[in-house]
Amino acid sequence: MTRLQRKHYINNGYGALSWFLTLDHKRIALLYLITATLFFALGGAFAIAIRLELLTPAGDMVQSETYNKMFTMHGIIMVFFFLIPAIPAVLGNFLLPIMIGARDMAFPKLNLASWYIYMLGGLFTFVAMALGGVDTGWTFYTPYSSTYANSQVIITALGVFITGFSSILTGLNFLVTIHTMRAPGMSWFRLPLFVWAHYAASLIMVLGTPVVSITIILVALERLFHLGIFDPALGGDPILFQHLFWFYSHPAVYIMILPAMGVMSELIATFSRKRIFGYSFVASSSLAIAVLGFLVWGHHMFVSGQSMYAGLVFSILSFLVAIPSAIKVFNWLATLFRGSISLQTPMIYAFGFIGLFTIGGLTGLFLACLAVDVHVHDTYFIVAHFHYIMVGGVIMAYLGGIHYWWPKITGRMYPEWWGKFSAVVIFIGFNLTFLPQFVVGYLGMPRRYHFYPEEFQILNVLSTAGASILGIGYMIPLFYLVWSLRYGKVAGPNPWNAKGLEWTIPSPPPTENFDGTPEVTEEAYNYGTNHA
Amino acid sequence: MSTHTHAHQFDTPQQQHQATRLGMWAFLITEVMLFSGMFVAYILYRTWYPEAFIEGSSHLDVMLGTINTLVLISSSFTMVLAVHAAAEGKKQAIQKNLVLTLVLGLVFLGIKAVEYSHKFHDHLVPGPNFAHEGIHGGHLQLFYSLYFAMTGTHAFHMIIGMGLLVYLFIRAGKGAFNKDHTAVELVGLYWHFVDLVWIFLFPLLYLLGRHL
Repeated sequence: MTRLQRKHYINNGYGALSWFLTLDHKRIALLYLITATLFFALGGAFAIAIRLELLTPAGDMVQSETYNKMFTMHGIIMVFFFLIPAIPAVLGNFLLPIMIGARDMAFPKLNLASWYIYMLGGLFTFVAMALGGVDTGWTFYTPYSSTYANSQVIITALGVFITGFSSILTGLNFLVTIHTMRAPGMSWFRLPLFVWAHYAASLIMVLGTPVVSITIILVALERLFHLGIFDPALGGDPILFQHLFWFYSHPAVYIMILPAMGVMSELIATFSRKRIFGYSFVASSSLAIAVLGFLVWGHHMFVSGQSMYAGLVFSILSFLVAIPSAIKVFNWLATLFRGSISLQTPMIYAFGFIGLFTIGGLTGLFLACLAVDVHVHDTYFIVAHFHYIMVGGVIMAYLGGIHYWWPKITGRMYPEWWGKFSAVVIFIGFNLTFLPQFVVGYLGMPRRYHFYPEEFQILNVLSTAGASILGIGYMIPLFYLVWSLRYGKVAGPNPWNAKGLEWTIPSPPPTENFDGTPEVTEEAYNYGTNHA
Repeated sequence: MSTHTHAHQFDTPQQQHQATRLGMWAFLITEVMLFSGMFVAYILYRTWYPEAFIEGSSHLDVMLGTINTLVLISSSFTMVLAVHAAAEGKKQAIQKNLVLTLVLGLVFLGIKAVEYSHKFHDHLVPGPNFAHEGIHGGHLQLFYSLYFAMTGTHAFHMIIGMGLLVYLFIRAGKGAFNKDHTAVELVGLYWHFVDLVWIFLFPLLYLLGRHL
């Protein structure tokens, strides 16, 4: 398979060290791509184990203690090691400098350091697993985590703490890069919406992550040195932990979904060949989500005993987040209207996102409603809700983005038929997994138990069947994407005929991205009449 | 690369300077958020248990705390002098002031260590060895938990800062700041921030509500 003799970022240097010591944002993105995929596989394996256990009403496959560790590890790995870094650290890292016309991030060494920090956090998590795992749930609620749990809380907490720094550094790098590295002519309102979304997500990473870091450290100190900040025996308040935890961990959902929405805007514009309808509204709604996202954490605590009035305020504020989210969805739909739509694989993922995100978002309104939340709190209803956002939303957009930019990243096309096929399999598998969970949760099946009453079995069997389809759906791209590295059709610089600086340079891009500093003279998504 | 005054990803030295400064300020914001978690806990428990907190601070050594405050403020002053010297490219003056800052930092940590050892000696460290006659036992442990968590995190930041001072000292010896002294400026920002945290910690832990 001979091909281009040209130098690009992949053949610019060989050997392990040229990768492990690289300062090129594109190579760092690939390091993240590989490791995040491994974490995803591991987190997915735990999910499959959980679904297998729930195939039958009796808790017959594993002990309840083991089950607790399985869902804890599933949550910790998926949240902290896959969903939070996935889109920003892989696609964001690769594309953000190119999209604004820069040669690299503002701080390339910091960028590489954040990958190593991420790996170190992962190492701690692996060590914790090897020593028996942790059973507190990914939320580390006190006083169970600080006083009673007999599992590897300290090591896991340190792992999460360390990984948090990787996230902080990535966000900081993005913020500074967007502020100071834009090419001449790339004004704020010419930025691709992908960049706006990452800007908003970076604000959350920088402002929120330190809070969860110190909170988790306080839990670790409580276990290590018997400090008693959340210890009710000393008059400390375990609910304070929940406040501090959710102050970050609710906005963390927006760290995941905002970059996904950024990917969506790119996909919708390219595959309907239109400028995004209401560009400035979509851009500013990202910021609105980031700001409002910091004011709604109390909706995780409606039944924690927090003040009724706090509950009321948090409920109202939570409803408000629906507004900027809906602005995005409606503007995407308006973009599709009379667009020249082509149903390539990335666009199928984009449609999947719209459907699943809408269901996830609307059920979020159920949960923001105080009275309904009391009924469905800690049931499978909420499990289904957040999986619709975090898996149905984020992973659909992530995979859509991977397919869309695959030719840019690797220089080769993925096989289109297989792409479409797996996108459909994933969509079906996902819905079969999580739709029944809405029902079973509404009927009262609580989360985090490894046995359940027999009348819930049929819905659980459906869900497990869906999970196996979903698992297969996720595996197919792994095969054909690797296959395409060697046998895929050579893509050329702009296979989608798309706008955006990343499509003006060769695929794969040269190490320095651009020959000189590019000059930007037009709006983003300026499809105009050229390709009507 | 060493022939250039700026890294390859930047177009101009000005752009690099702007980016690194913004990066440092953004980092300091993350630091504010890090400490804010503990300040929230402090405000909450102080509101709930005012007597225990007053009792707790009455066991802290105000004299040592005051000396330490003066030491830190002086170290901020010498740090400013170091940055100033760097801006003027005076190698000896940079190094002299970095050493002064470092020494003041060491004095601060030394005094802090003395204070900590007194607390160990008086059984005021939370945990199984905590012993105190009085009605506020549990709540007093909360106060000392916060005291150790907050001053400990602060001291940890001091240690990092002192590592950075040593790094600057070595680099200054090689004449690294003749053309571009941004690094000194950034460490200066960090050092002032760490001082500023203490300026909040000192009244909250040592002074507030105390009747001398």
